[in-house]
Amino acid sequence: MSKMIDLSKEADEFLKKIEELSGEKITSCIQCGICSGSCPMINEMDLTPAQIMLMTLLGQKEELLKSKSIWICASCYTCTVRCPRELDLSKVAEALRQVKLRLSIDRIDINKMDKADLEELPPIALVSAFRKFTG
Amino acid sequence: MKIPYYPGCTLKTKAKNFERSSIAVAEMLGVELVELPKWNCCGVVHSLTSDDLIHHLAPIRNLVRVQEMNEEKLVEDEFRLVTLCSMCYNTLKRSNLRFIENYEEREKINSIMEREEDYKGNVKVVHFLEILRDIGYDKISDKIKKPLDKLKIAVYYGCNLLRPKEVGIDDPENPDILETLFESLGAEVTLFPYKKMCCGSYQTVLDKESVADLTYNILSNAKEHHAEIVVTSCPLCAFNLDNRQEIVRSKHSEFKAIPVVYFSQLMALAFGLNIEICGFDSNYISALPLLKKKGYLKNK
Amino acid sequence: MRIGVYVCHCGGNISEVVNIDEVLNSLKNEHDVAFVKDHEHLCSKEGQEIIFNDIQEYKLDKITIAACSPQFQGPTFKTLMERAGLSPYLMEMANIREQSAWVHYDDHKKATDKAKELTKMAIAKVRYNEPLSKYSIDIGKRTLIIGAGIAGIQAALDLADSGIKVYLVEKDPSIGGHMAQLSRTFPTEDCSACILSPKMADVPENPNIELLTYGEIKDVSGYLGNFHITVNRKPTYVDAEKCTACGDCADVCPVELLNEYDGNLATRKAIYLPTKIAVPHSYVLDTEHCLGLNPLACGKCQEVCKADAINYDLYEEEIEFDVDTIIVATGFELFDAKEKPEYGFGKFKNVIDGMQMERIIVSSAEGNPLKDIGKKIAYIQCIGSRDKQIGRPYCSRICCMYAIKQANLLKKGMPDRDIYIFYIDIRAFGKGFEEYYNTAQENGVKFIRGKVAELMENPDTGKIIVKAEDTLNRQMIETEFDTVVLSVGIGPSKTTENISNMLKLARSSDGFLQEAHPKFKPVDTLVPGIFLAGTIQGPKDIPDTVSQASGSAARAIRLMNQGEYFFDPLLAFVDEEKCDGCGLCVDHCPYNAISMAGKTAEVNTAFCSGCGSCISYCPKDALDLHLYTNKQLLEQIKEAVINKGDEPRVLVFADDMTAYRLADNVGNAKGIYSPYSRIIKVPSSCRVTPKLLLQAFHYGADSVLILGTETKSSPYPHCQEEIERSVKIVHNILKENEISDKRLFNTTIVTVMIKKFSGIINTYTDLAKTLGPIPLEKREKLLKDLGKKIFGGSHE
Repeated sequence: MSKMIDLSKEADEFLKKIEELSGEKITSCIQCGICSGSCPMINEMDLTPAQIMLMTLLGQKEELLKSKSIWICASCYTCTVRCPRELDLSKVAEALRQVKLRLSIDRIDINKMDKADLEELPPIALVSAFRKFTG
Repeated sequence: MKIPYYPGCTLKTKAKNFERSSIAVAEMLGVELVELPKWNCCGVVHSLTSDDLIHHLAPIRNLVRVQEMNEEKLVEDEFRLVTLCSMCYNTLKRSNLRFIENYEEREKINSIMEREEDYKGNVKVVHFLEILRDIGYDKISDKIKKPLDKLKIAVYYGCNLLRPKEVGIDDPENPDILETLFESLGAEVTLFPYKKMCCGSYQTVLDKESVADLTYNILSNAKEHHAEIVVTSCPLCAFNLDNRQEIVRSKHSEFKAIPVVYFSQLMALAFGLNIEICGFDSNYISALPLLKKKGYLKNK
Repeated sequence: MRIGVYVCHCGGNISEVVNIDEVLNSLKNEHDVAFVKDHEHLCSKEGQEIIFNDIQEYKLDKITIAACSPQFQGPTFKTLMERAGLSPYLMEMANIREQSAWVHYDDHKKATDKAKELTKMAIAKVRYNEPLSKYSIDIGKRTLIIGAGIAGIQAALDLADSGIKVYLVEKDPSIGGHMAQLSRTFPTEDCSACILSPKMADVPENPNIELLTYGEIKDVSGYLGNFHITVNRKPTYVDAEKCTACGDCADVCPVELLNEYDGNLATRKAIYLPTKIAVPHSYVLDTEHCLGLNPLACGKCQEVCKADAINYDLYEEEIEFDVDTIIVATGFELFDAKEKPEYGFGKFKNVIDGMQMERIIVSSAEGNPLKDIGKKIAYIQCIGSRDKQIGRPYCSRICCMYAIKQANLLKKGMPDRDIYIFYIDIRAFGKGFEEYYNTAQENGVKFIRGKVAELMENPDTGKIIVKAEDTLNRQMIETEFDTVVLSVGIGPSKTTENISNMLKLARSSDGFLQEAHPKFKPVDTLVPGIFLAGTIQGPKDIPDTVSQASGSAARAIRLMNQGEYFFDPLLAFVDEEKCDGCGLCVDHCPYNAISMAGKTAEVNTAFCSGCGSCISYCPKDALDLHLYTNKQLLEQIKEAVINKGDEPRVLVFADDMTAYRLADNVGNAKGIYSPYSRIIKVPSSCRVTPKLLLQAFHYGADSVLILGTETKSSPYPHCQEEIERSVKIVHNILKENEISDKRLFNTTIVTVMIKKFSGIINTYTDLAKTLGPIPLEKREKLLKDLGKKIFGGSHE
């Protein structure tokens, strides 16, 4: 059975919140999908970038915040330079991550990381990962 | 010519060879990269949310250091800040642009910084590749001792040097600054359609498997176009494309390793600098066998 | 003086916000006002009759109407004045709908206060209106058409058939334009060349058309009824009368180059027939590539020509003539897909654009295909359209349909071809278009909703790898195709910049030429006597182009058939008693409309454009502008600021072409802005003089805005420079008097900047509030020694 979407006040509030955090006008998206086609991480994603835009517009908070995609985004800006509406999806993904991170729900825990990995990884990788994955 | 230089974390730790070779190459071209006397981590990634000012403090503080260097006459009326790392470049430059354009936010940032003098918005963040472009490829060609004409090179841009548009050092869809540089060094630069595809960046920490998949795709694409060696300008791309070949090889038995080096390493080689300065032995996949085969190491 | 004042309810549009009774009460005791009346719809027949009868019965000599914007019903009431035997210029309108009811509906009291004041401002102005007459110029029956694509051809034939003398100038050696390149036309699939060539052939046959191919407009001067045109005509070195188009010359020509007409997929010689259906039907010598117009260098073509048609001793000619009207039909330019490098156009040999596919289809039908396109074909829509990244946010309107047409034709030619169209939205809006789209679906063309992100070339096979999201299915596609067709959009032709500068035509933000009114004057321009036809006004298909061309011809005929043309007397004039003959104005008129007649200056009304910039240069107040005199503007200013009480007052000088219309648009959009603003209409920013600005501050304005038209779109390109000069003078005087120069701000806007307009007004209201009123003693000083302050010592 297909899922019902409730176009509730809360849904609209969530959209407004993401628009404010990201500074992007999500309702301008024309769903052309060029972002998804450009995304280097697309094979790892459960929601495509264009889908994230539409779901944000519809305020589907729960599905978005539990999606893998928002964490998979590598902020490579390929979609940013191609979006025909000049929307910056990397900012939208960051805003969605921040909603979660600001509740102190971190994505990464240094104490649980593999020792050998920590030895091997350059600081540039560790610092950026901590910046992206911790609140 | 003395230019303030921001090294960033990785060139001081895991990738000393990149810094060493760059400084030596610069010197050959009459440029002294003067390290900021005091610097802090730039944060590596640009903070993307609209309400988050605090993460821009780190980049801006480094820009204030450039003002100080000028005041203390460590450099002479030189407000360019050079980076070698694409990520530092991107982060510093984007913050800089944001605060140059937005007076109110700059005032806010200035009011947060207590010990620092105010940032006046007059620093220009540049990548070393831009300095090389300004010096002129003719002058670079003049310094060649060992032309790279025996090498088929794929140049890899990654993301942070090109995107977003406002900070990119070249056309984000059709860059050629690295091609031009390496052609001026005599190399045959191969076609490389994946040259601006992301390597996975910081995903390498949590998800090295998918970064290895990207590494496999990118390097296979380079090899399909007959590249023998890949050149990059970002220490994180360098790490991913180089070190993640270990996983690639375990997954794809047919995959033959390909060396991935920093642009300055090959420049140093072309300029005839000491092989230690090139630092090829610090890369995960060594370029030395290839270079030996091509006759670049005969004199050693 | 007896002024009749009428306040309109506009069927509730005004009366639901503005308290009409209060407005009426506030006006009835105004000086010179005979009476005030209100009506539900003043523009209705009944409303007009009331005014008409009142004029007769009460011997009114002037009228003020508080209603909508004069842009809407102004002409109606002007005609009414004439009918009633009064000068149409003895009527003023107060715009209480767009400037009050529609923008202050959140505060009925403030809206009512503003409506009162706006009406008083109009009364203050009308007191000084003079019984001017329209002025007229003679107009003959000659038209210049620039561009001989299908739009120019259609307009030329319509005009010529109506007895108008037409000069048809085409930059290429043959007429026909892009349509001559096309295979078939959508949705009917007529052969494009077959339906076009009879029309092309009619052009040189028509005795009323003088065809000037290979010609370039070098200069245009003058005005409606008296345009003077200079055309540079390049020689083709082949006498079209003698040429039999046998092709012997091309056979021996040693120079071979890519043929643009065939999308660079085929070659031609340096001497060539532009198209098979070329008119004039003659070979042309391309001097850029010819080895040299000299028998010593080559001379092979001349030797072989049996008709003796080739002559190397020809030179560029300059042709001059006069016309009464001009139609601009310079058409479009295809988007150059190289600007989107991610699609590899020009790099990958199997990536082609839509026009190349047209040529491939034509050549295949002729049995000699220009390129093997294989069986599996992808179309990518919106290349160079709907894309802000390259500054082309608009839809090109033709690409969906031409892709569908090509797909249908390709399927017809070879039904087992596998064709995919990657689209964002299919826009099949025209007659028979949706059905034609259906036909494509029935033919098995597959439509995938998603914009292709990038293309890669398989280095071994040359096949093209397409990467896209199927956005309806949320799955990724990565597939190889034999050929990828980029459905490129269209932009204004390259000559547009030059033409718009020469003819002083405005361009819209998309770069196309701007029509006078999007609904009611779609083929007129703001320059009287100049019309637009075809894609130069915006993307359109062939039927729309042809209708518009016929429309512009009809509009031109309508003008020319009247024999004379009436203008509002928006003209500068000289008060001979005040003029001391200093001649400053003579040097500063960009239209050379002012000269010295004996000891005083004189305005040549034929050249005066009514910008008013000369007035700022007159140290003696001897120059002035009809319809917007110094006295009229001053009285409006005084009325707007003197009774402000504790309220802040932002005075806005809005130019007629853009800012005033923008204010109307803001009204239409129900955009709220500060009710403390008062708009005064001026013909152009540069009509505002330093003196008027200082008077505004003197009488109590807290901040003053001047809103005008961007230079590139303005009929007065010198205007911004002039007003900036004036603003600088006033800024200095303000600073000398310790008044913040932030209070005066000049800027340009465009008519769509609805939010920006409100933003500016609100910002300057806030500023006025923050800074507070200017103390009286400072204001008093502002008008002292004004001449010295503005003009320096020499004129005192």
